[in-house]
Amino acid sequence: MTTSLLIVQILNGLQLGVLLFLVAAGLTLVFGVMDFINLAHGVQYMLGAYLAVTFVGLTGSFVLGLLLALAAALVIGLALEFLVFRHLYERDHLDQVLATFGLILLLNQGVKIVWGAAPLSVPVPEFLSGSVRLMDGILYPTYRFALIGAGLAVGGLLWFIVERTRTGMLLRAGASNAPMVSALGVDIRKLFMVVFAFGTMLAGFAGAMAAPILSVEPGMGDTVLILAFVVIVVGGIGSIRGAFVGALIVGLVDTLGRSFMNDLLRLFMSAPSARATGAALSSMLIYLVMAIVLFVRPEGLLPAKGRT
Amino acid sequence: MSAAPTTAGAAGSTQSRPGSRPLLALVLFAALALVPAAVSLGVPAHWLSLVTRAMIFAIAALSLDLILGVGGLVSFGHAAFIGIGAYVTGIMITEGRTETLLILPVLLVVCAIFAAVTGAVSLRTRGVAFIMITLAFGQMVFFLAQALSAYGGDDGLTLYARSTIAGLDIAASRTGFFYIVLGALIGCYGLVCIIVASRFGRVLRAARENATRVTVTGYDVGRVRLIAYVISGMIAGLSGFFLANQTEFVSPAFMSWQRSGELIFMVVLGGVGSLHGAIIGALAFLFAEDVLAGITEHWKAIFGPLIVLFVLFTRGGIVGILARIRGRSDG
Repeated sequence: MTTSLLIVQILNGLQLGVLLFLVAAGLTLVFGVMDFINLAHGVQYMLGAYLAVTFVGLTGSFVLGLLLALAAALVIGLALEFLVFRHLYERDHLDQVLATFGLILLLNQGVKIVWGAAPLSVPVPEFLSGSVRLMDGILYPTYRFALIGAGLAVGGLLWFIVERTRTGMLLRAGASNAPMVSALGVDIRKLFMVVFAFGTMLAGFAGAMAAPILSVEPGMGDTVLILAFVVIVVGGIGSIRGAFVGALIVGLVDTLGRSFMNDLLRLFMSAPSARATGAALSSMLIYLVMAIVLFVRPEGLLPAKGRT
Repeated sequence: MSAAPTTAGAAGSTQSRPGSRPLLALVLFAALALVPAAVSLGVPAHWLSLVTRAMIFAIAALSLDLILGVGGLVSFGHAAFIGIGAYVTGIMITEGRTETLLILPVLLVVCAIFAAVTGAVSLRTRGVAFIMITLAFGQMVFFLAQALSAYGGDDGLTLYARSTIAGLDIAASRTGFFYIVLGALIGCYGLVCIIVASRFGRVLRAARENATRVTVTGYDVGRVRLIAYVISGMIAGLSGFFLANQTEFVSPAFMSWQRSGELIFMVVLGGVGSLHGAIIGALAFLFAEDVLAGITEHWKAIFGPLIVLFVLFTRGGIVGILARIRGRSDG
């Protein structure tokens, strides 16, 4: 392995981590405040990407398309909240899992009906289409830098909202004791709506931002959803900081594992068996990391305060 | 908001006791035993393979009901055990070891080890974290199977032979295979009923309602749950053996996470924790799938909303509905 390849792969890992953070943040917020497990969160990510395909195509402008896609993702998310999720907050987790699973089946298939089963793509916006020269002979696409930057910016904004604003204070209070917050005169339903809308926007944003670099296809949300689960479990359920740390760990471990596991095993194995073992091992790596973290700290690395 | 009692405990009041309706189970098995006869009398011929497949999934759903319904542990990675069972079968057949009496012990041991290791980690958590972790472990096995390029990788593995018992192909006659699967289903049902009725089963059930109290009584709740998890995984692995032999094909899709979700739905559809409900649920699920898939290729777009409506508007599954109807006619 060379240094230049390492740098590029670290950047790729960061980029995956940032995308995972955007999805996991919404998921963990919704779970933390409402005690609601939303499997359909991955579908919101997928819808964000598909809506970006449509609106960027319609308007011809990436920024305008992104904004419209976000608005549309928000409307769909709120409609789902009104029709389905609202009736599940009081139910047990089994009911929540099943109902949102049903929604995944519907929306994955619905996307196939509307947009077709073939993978789609969004062109990289003109003003971000170049690449940046890191050092001699290493170019890295500007868009991917923009993606990492946007993700970090949203992360910072999220931290500010949660830690420094009144809404954030209510959010944290709601996460540790929702009935008490409600008893103190806060409209908890409204707070739920705000949190939910915000989480939906984050997932939709992640999907729309990923659309130019990943293929947009049905089921793309499922993979991200399960990775986001790993992120949340590693980081500690309900904790935004945990989601951030967990996302970076999962993003980096997965990317670096996939690119360097082969070389590592080649040191003490023959090439063909190293390739076979490397492929198997690198796809399992993040789950092994998760298992180790859980074994040492069942509550995750940075659990939210005040939860039992 | 501690997550401990929330998982499946809320369903506790509406669910019927496991194995509490031996007559219903008896009628169910008798009806199943008549299916081959019905087919020879003019019922659509594909019912034989459909019901065989449904019974295979009923075995898996039954095993899930042991931990989900009786134990209150919502496992979202149960399809992994079906997949492991199917892959052990497929790989051994590919390597020329078709003897069932050789395959089954290997399969059960592999499933038990996987269940013991992943169970030991996931049972350290409760509630939602348990759901997420079992899902993640299921996904891990899925990707592992995809990476098994020597055995088909992503494309799956086509089997050129089926398992044998003393040299005889177990699925040589489709009716014969039907009765073998039915026999296995009845055997598993009996086994799970015995487990649930035993002291071990009572502790498992009690721990669902109140783990702290059971611990204080002097039982090691973690160990009881882990043993139940291992037993459940082994039974699900057995269903993988039959699935591989029926389809003569093994692929990572057997253990996709959607399959785990479908298994949960089968259990809830039938009625959580009643054991025979899991069998009814599996049958109802596969028949519904068959009918809907015959109407449109986009059947999942119909099936998904049906699941949502089912969750929102019914309590206690099919078994619960039957019990309510009976209750009304009694009163």
